[in-house]
Amino acid sequence: MQQLIEVARQLLTDKVVDVVIGYEQGAFGVRPAFISDVASCAQLIFDNRCVHNLVSYLSPRRTHLAHFQRKAIVAKGCDIRAIAALVREGQLKREQIIIIAPRCGGVGRNASLNKPQQLEVNTVAPRCANCTVREPRAASAKDTAEHKEILADYVVGEVQAPPPIAVDRDARINALDAMSIQERWQYWQGELERCIRCHACREVCPTCFCVQCLADKTQPQWIESSPHARGNLMWQFNRMMHQAGRCVDCGECERACPVGIPLSLLVGKMAKVVKERFDYQVSSDPTVPTPIGTYNQEDKQEFIL
Amino acid sequence: MSTSPAPQIDAPRSGSAPTNFEPRIIAYVCNWCTYTGADLAGTSRLPMAANVRIVRFPCTGRIDPIFIMKAFERGADGVIVSGCHPADCHYNAGNYHARRRFAVARELMIFLGIDPARITFAWVSASEGNKWAELVNETTERLRAIGPFKDYQALRS
Ligand code: SF4
Ligand code: SF4
Ligand code: SF4
Repeated sequence: MQQLIEVARQLLTDKVVDVVIGYEQGAFGVRPAFISDVASCAQLIFDNRCVHNLVSYLSPRRTHLAHFQRKAIVAKGCDIRAIAALVREGQLKREQIIIIAPRCGGVGRNASLNKPQQLEVNTVAPRCANCTVREPRAASAKDTAEHKEILADYVVGEVQAPPPIAVDRDARINALDAMSIQERWQYWQGELERCIRCHACREVCPTCFCVQCLADKTQPQWIESSPHARGNLMWQFNRMMHQAGRCVDCGECERACPVGIPLSLLVGKMAKVVKERFDYQVSSDPTVPTPIGTYNQEDKQEFIL
Repeated sequence: MSTSPAPQIDAPRSGSAPTNFEPRIIAYVCNWCTYTGADLAGTSRLPMAANVRIVRFPCTGRIDPIFIMKAFERGADGVIVSGCHPADCHYNAGNYHARRRFAVARELMIFLGIDPARITFAWVSASEGNKWAELVNETTERLRAIGPFKDYQALRS
């Protein structure tokens, strides 16, 4: 990843940024790295274990990096959609951030491997299926004001072969849709029973940036905080209501969940609903409003008497 | 609404046979249209089932779908959500925003295994006292047939 290291060195040497947010080899696989001195740039890596969506570190709720004024971030094509979400919702200005986008051949689900391995159908991250943003584009003089999508400042690395296509999530969602109401209730109760209310699904999410989360409120307490069935259901219901049309489908919530709750089925269902009802699809264009933040007088209302 | 607790409903009556089961229904309504419509139904002495308890909001835009879940959590068997018809909102667009949120919430509830027949969404204007009375009676009848929401009430807290 010589190109990546060189770009980072240049940005730090020229004092364009104070920190480069990227990936490094840790004791157990790949981990996020915050590089603020030129000498450490050599630690930066990018390979198919770099599944993390580092954009979470840019949301203003995360104060870890608040002492750095200017930041550069290593963002895959799909992660740029999360940057767009923060810009769309007024949490970040495009010009506050330098985007270093690696060319991507897909990432695995497991960041903890000590070496990158060939991706297989069962090990590739589901979001890589049919990815159209593997080859990020750098902004050029030609696409100024007209171009609404967020483009990279630097594109690094070699062109990569496409990843294998993961097991179809839509098929799993359709299978759930085909169940009876009672069966679905049983299914989700069985899954949510394991939830320990660690709120890792919230902490890892780039678009969960509220300073005070409803789940932490106790007067009144809308969401019971003990890890029991009632509160667990309310927690995911609330999280999904707040993510519908805002989620960038990075899959980080499911990856972070320590007890393996299939949260990607919930976010996938929400994505389908906003697509079908409001014709909304997540993109790296920050000028498209979120569907819940807007309305259309002609919206379907077949369920309202 | 900011500091008042979520609706508190009596504990389920134990041992009620399905035949004489009386559903507990919470209605979330907006102040300007449906509440006034319900008032009209009352002052017009329209016969209505006594199963519905109304919670009044400034606007449907203030009715967070989590309130529906909270009603179930506290023992309701069904919920009615109602406000001004499209184009009639006192605040111009509150009901349009609410409609999008309700649409998503309803599909999410269905996906989580909550029977949508337990929830009635409606537009009732200030002059539609009849529609309100019908809605109350129909919803009550429907819930009598579906029975108590035991699954939710049995969730461990
Ligand atoms: S979704 Fe695309 S850009 Fe993102 S990790 Fe997968 S292949 Fe790479
Ligand atoms: S809800 Fe999950 S998939 Fe969606 S943006 Fe947040 S972490 Fe990513
Ligand atoms: S990450 Fe998993 S266990 Fe933790 S709160 Fe979220 S769903 Fe529950």
